Amino acid sequence: MPDAPKTSALTRPDGWDIVRRNRPAMISLVFLVAMVLLAFTVPFFLPAALKTTSNGAFLPPLSTGVDAPVTHLCGTDKNGQDLFYRLLTGAQVSLGVGIVGAGISLIIGTLYGMISGFIGGRVDALMMRVVDLIYAVPRILFIMIFIAAFDGVFKDWLDGLRLSAQQSGWSSIETAARYLMPYSKIVVMILSLGLVEWLTMARIIRGQVLVLRELTFVTAARAMGQSPWQILKKHLLPNLSTIILTYLTLTIPAVILDESFLSFLGLGIEDPAASWGSLLKDGAQVINPIESKWWLLAFPAVLMSLSLLALNFLGDGLRDAFDPKSGD
Amino acid sequence: MPSFLLRRLLSSFLVLFFAVSLTFLLTRLLPGGPFDREKGGSAKVEAALQEKYKLNGTLWQQYTSYLGDLVRLDLRVSTKYRDWSVAEILAQKMPSSLKLGGIAFIIASTLGVLLGSIAAMRRDTPIDWAAMFGALVAISIPSFITGPFLIAIFALWLRWLPVGGWGNVSHLVLPALCLSAPYIAYVARLMRNSLLDVLKSDFLRTAKAKGLTETQALSRHALKVAILPVVTYLGPLAAHLLTGSMVVETVFNISGAGSIFVNSIQNRDVFPLCGAVIVYCTLLIVFNLIVDLLYSVLDKRIRLHA
Repeated sequence: MPDAPKTSALTRPDGWDIVRRNRPAMISLVFLVAMVLLAFTVPFFLPAALKTTSNGAFLPPLSTGVDAPVTHLCGTDKNGQDLFYRLLTGAQVSLGVGIVGAGISLIIGTLYGMISGFIGGRVDALMMRVVDLIYAVPRILFIMIFIAAFDGVFKDWLDGLRLSAQQSGWSSIETAARYLMPYSKIVVMILSLGLVEWLTMARIIRGQVLVLRELTFVTAARAMGQSPWQILKKHLLPNLSTIILTYLTLTIPAVILDESFLSFLGLGIEDPAASWGSLLKDGAQVINPIESKWWLLAFPAVLMSLSLLALNFLGDGLRDAFDPKSGD
Repeated sequence: MPSFLLRRLLSSFLVLFFAVSLTFLLTRLLPGGPFDREKGGSAKVEAALQEKYKLNGTLWQQYTSYLGDLVRLDLRVSTKYRDWSVAEILAQKMPSSLKLGGIAFIIASTLGVLLGSIAAMRRDTPIDWAAMFGALVAISIPSFITGPFLIAIFALWLRWLPVGGWGNVSHLVLPALCLSAPYIAYVARLMRNSLLDVLKSDFLRTAKAKGLTETQALSRHALKVAILPVVTYLGPLAAHLLTGSMVVETVFNISGAGSIFVNSIQNRDVFPLCGAVIVYCTLLIVFNLIVDLLYSVLDKRIRLHA
């Protein structure tokens, strides 16, 4: 993107001033930045004993480990894994899937919406009918089918890589492939969610482009002989940037919710990788009236709820500032 | 009007056809087949099974033969639960899901409208702030968090309600509440914003100038218009509740339609999956049609076309 239009669109004083004066949105932003930084740095500084399974299963919070003299800040789970460490790595996975998945859906949705709105006419009508058609089908079902499809493909590919590395005697590649196997699900989730979540974005962008393309500066650009692609890139995209940012912020919690929903059902992230959804699944499995293992449920629930709340507050604040008419 | 219905019927069939085709083809293209885990299965056994369940031949032949059966209203047989036809599975699992979804639908729409109206009438008071903050909290917390917490408080600690299962009314309270909570919040926010817009409008000032009291103006004029966005949202609401009930059913141990989706994909059991998709899509299509008709009755400015 060229520098000049981008900055002029992004620093338009009114919108950003409204966001800056919105206290819940700013608190949420600080919270989210802190959360991302902590989730991606703190695990490096934790002792190695916290990162593996141990014999101390279901230790309550703040107790000392059985195998090693380490403090389990948030207790341990059924495999004796430290919950604090798993919460942080779970945050990496959940936030990572949310951000990258929303990013993919943003790219697809923006391109689709821009092309549809800019060409207009029959192409637009057809492209929007396709969106309506996909909207009519239960979305979560397609995410499930995509997951099943990609999962097989990725696991087969990694397995093939491992076998050929074994034959050629490259042990490092072989261990890497074996180590990556359980984590391939993360990539699978990102792709599946990103490929399905773009519909709302496409509709919103298309609506905006329909308005923008009638404005005089677009006519002027056309009169000057700029190609449609240049007009889209140089003139429309900068004007769409705040709307895109707003709906990106609102798509991230939606993707995180879908990811955790699937992981909760047992279709998503699986051990040894963790996400908030899979941690909640483990927590929900052990609630019973005799012996309360509340920490396994309470900590992931609070962390996830606060993060989603913060994302929604921030998204609402951005929408109030940049897209006040749409409401919800 | 008749031409509107005819067009809608046609486009509904298109949606249904599209959904079933996509589900069937994608499921058949998934790696691994329904008969892969057959014990001691030779190629011969697998071929025989494929023929028995009409999954032999090319993908295109399988697809066209399935569509032919669908036209004859034959949903075929599950490849995993061999003694069950898809129609039987659906008849067994759908009712509890529909009951749960229906109750959640009523709770979400009525309670949402009520809370949203109160918030709008008490605009910028602590009541309004509390309601809107509560709404955002309810939207942000997914049902698989509220569910276990409701169980922990009301079933395990207070012992007022059962933990899970299905049977009498007491089994319905927690799941319905858990399923509807975020949507009460959505509807309340919609209703509040829309009522705030209406309260500013000219026709309401006129109504008050004619001497109507605040409540009369509200009940006779404002609510009728303000509820329109909520009516538009009823279609998506029904769709969200249908898929949302999957998790609630898992949390509360209810044998409902959600398990058909999850199990069928894992077992590559294509026919129950397509059957469930057909039922879901049909329900949503019929429901959206009712909403559109309702909308044209409520809002005289709308003419039905397209």
